[in-house]
Amino acid sequence: MSCEKHGNKSHPHIIQDECKGCGRCVDACPKDCLQLADKINGKGYIPAEYIGEGCIGCGICFYNCPEPYAIEVYKKDKE
Amino acid sequence: MIKKAEGFYEYFQRKDGSKTKATHYCAGCGHGIIHKLIAEALADFNLQDDTIFVSPVGCGAFCYYYFDCGNVAAPHGRASAVATGLSRALPGKVVISYQGDGDLGAIGFNNAFQAANRGEKFVCFFVNNAIYGMTGGQMAPTTLPGQKTVTSPMGRDVATDGFPLKVCEVFNQLEAPVFIERVSVADTKRIMKAKKAIRKAIKIQQEGRGYAFVEILSPCPTNMKIGAVEAAQFTINAMEATFPLGNFRDRSAEPPLVANKIPQKELSELIVGSSTAEADTSNFTAKEFKFCGFGGQGILSLGLVLANAGNSAGKNVSWFPSYGPEQRGGTASCSVVLANQEIGSPSVDKPDVLVAMNQPSLEKFAPTVKKGGVIIYDEQIPVEFDLPKDVSVYAFPAAKIATSKGVPKAANTALLGSLLALDLIGLPEEVVLAALADSFAKKPALVAKNMEIVETAKAWMKDNILS
Repeated sequence: MSCEKHGNKSHPHIIQDECKGCGRCVDACPKDCLQLADKINGKGYIPAEYIGEGCIGCGICFYNCPEPYAIEVYKKDKE
Repeated sequence: MIKKAEGFYEYFQRKDGSKTKATHYCAGCGHGIIHKLIAEALADFNLQDDTIFVSPVGCGAFCYYYFDCGNVAAPHGRASAVATGLSRALPGKVVISYQGDGDLGAIGFNNAFQAANRGEKFVCFFVNNAIYGMTGGQMAPTTLPGQKTVTSPMGRDVATDGFPLKVCEVFNQLEAPVFIERVSVADTKRIMKAKKAIRKAIKIQQEGRGYAFVEILSPCPTNMKIGAVEAAQFTINAMEATFPLGNFRDRSAEPPLVANKIPQKELSELIVGSSTAEADTSNFTAKEFKFCGFGGQGILSLGLVLANAGNSAGKNVSWFPSYGPEQRGGTASCSVVLANQEIGSPSVDKPDVLVAMNQPSLEKFAPTVKKGGVIIYDEQIPVEFDLPKDVSVYAFPAAKIATSKGVPKAANTALLGSLLALDLIGLPEEVVLAALADSFAKKPALVAKNMEIVETAKAWMKDNILS
């Protein structure tokens, strides 16, 4: 699965407007590649964002996130 | 490959019509994580069309907006009772009861406990966050010793407030549960263990093995008044000291208990007196009777004989008893309606015929008798009030006749004889007598005596009233 921004690389897709900014994913990420943004989202929360590199597609952020639809994780397709 | 939430509705459409993709839970709440694990399991096992999810009262009350499966909302604390009903009515379906610590640990504890003790076939997910979340952070049964809440501002004092309720440990004393485990969603390692336990518990339902209970420690940042990450740490550091994680029981490999077969009977065999007679469509004026006296005089039996007779004759009948908690003594009455048309209400406010066997009942019901109606009472009842003028009143020696035949208890049968003599029932006499005989099916020796009493009563009526 590829996307415009990250191609075929593993990466989290954080739907910014569904994020409530609790920070569980930021705390849980084993590669420390998530952070809280420096702006608020439509709901008024400070959402999490991907720093742009380092994701291994483990899905840990997905399971730590309490919102069903705030994070999707794209894992690199095997060659 | 994408990892994304499965088993949820695409949008969460609320009652007001608003559609959102966000839950109603606070930031950092454990419910959402638990929801994801359950929904994912249902989707992975392809169980969404075979699952009924019972929503509780509490923060989890809106589960039915989220889970894409069958949903039922239960009143406060009753999720386990509702789940019991569903799993019994729908064997083969997966029933999930999802309850919080106020819902399950407090008001609904006995429902949950008894369901566990009966080994009902459903899985109970018990979300324990050590506080009342939805109502605003009050002390819960699961609140930790010393924990400050809105209603324990000095911290929970175990000397006055008791100790935290360890539900897994309590349920583990029961024989029936198949699976009991306490897990947490405070960090990745724990979430993965929770995922495994949740899937196992759902699998047990899919295989119909019996009751499964999974307690899930869950952070409540809002009412702990700390951040989401700190709340998760609290769950690990503070809650686990009181509520140790781990599996308490897994008997899923053992064969499930099998209930004894209940012999099947036709409905007509079970409902005594259910008539196969053709419905009577002849011209018949509906008749309303009231029989009253004190318990033990055979008031209800007398009414039943009449109702059964009407049933055999193809009438619509109703028999509506009213009595106190006493098996003997106390006042009792019953209302009987015989009709060709459908009976709207079985209660009789204005009887055509009143049969009274004691004084208070006679005084109470005599004024209610329809104009032109009939009152029959035992002549031994002292009448200390004015009986209504526009009805026919008969003082009948029921007790005396029964006693003279050596069966003082059969005064009710004597009264039946008087009703027949006055032709107040409107049914063929042989049908009424057959119903009377049937009422002694278990004591056939009494049939002849009662028939004799009927005849004596009729003769008395003929000699004293009708002549």
